[in-house]
Amino acid sequence: MSRSALVDRPIDPAALIDEISSPGCGAVSLFLGTVRDTNEGEPVTGIDYTAYRAMAEAELAKIVDEAMRRFGGVAVVVEHRIGTLALGEISVAIVAAHAHRAAALDGVRYVIEELKRRVPIWKLEHYADGTRAWVDPTTAHRPRVSAYQ
Amino acid sequence: MSVVIVQLFASYAELVGRTTITVPLTDGDRVSDLLRNLRSVPLASALPESPRVAVNHAFAAGSTRLHPGDEIALIPPVAGG
Repeated sequence: MSRSALVDRPIDPAALIDEISSPGCGAVSLFLGTVRDTNEGEPVTGIDYTAYRAMAEAELAKIVDEAMRRFGGVAVVVEHRIGTLALGEISVAIVAAHAHRAAALDGVRYVIEELKRRVPIWKLEHYADGTRAWVDPTTAHRPRVSAYQ
Repeated sequence: MSVVIVQLFASYAELVGRTTITVPLTDGDRVSDLLRNLRSVPLASALPESPRVAVNHAFAAGSTRLHPGDEIALIPPVAGG
């Protein structure tokens, strides 16, 4: 019932809600991550998402399984998009469904926090001045690099 | 002594200018040995001293023993979401 995937096409949150909802679920929780127009004060024009695909898929599946076990068998579907995304586009969508709200809310929060910590996906940000940089959440300073081929 | 091909991604691939790097390895070596041997590879000089290592699609501790055929990768700080 739960599912996780890396996708190369736009994410459709309504389809994910339909997929995971069931008559026994009185609570459905949705999280969307989208491409923001600034990062640390720099105007951003887009982001390239890349992944170590086999490991990212394995790690995402593990996280979903952990969420199910921690939060009363909550059902989760998560899709993370890979490729070049424009401002405002959805990079990640997580939907959790459960009989009650606590597990649905906790499940979504757990999956996004663990995803950001463990899943090998990287962002190459494009800035308004034409430069690009790999986002490194472990350091505030990001040296500018040329376009990655 | 044999060698192992280690996969590189994102900023690490860019720092080295390649998506793989060949590292000397001896039978029975662990991840910590791999990281030590990595420092003797000139191409790897641009990489951080102790990157996270993944073996067969899972993060691996320094004590993890490596086997022939393992898929090994260096994982830059992740930034999904």
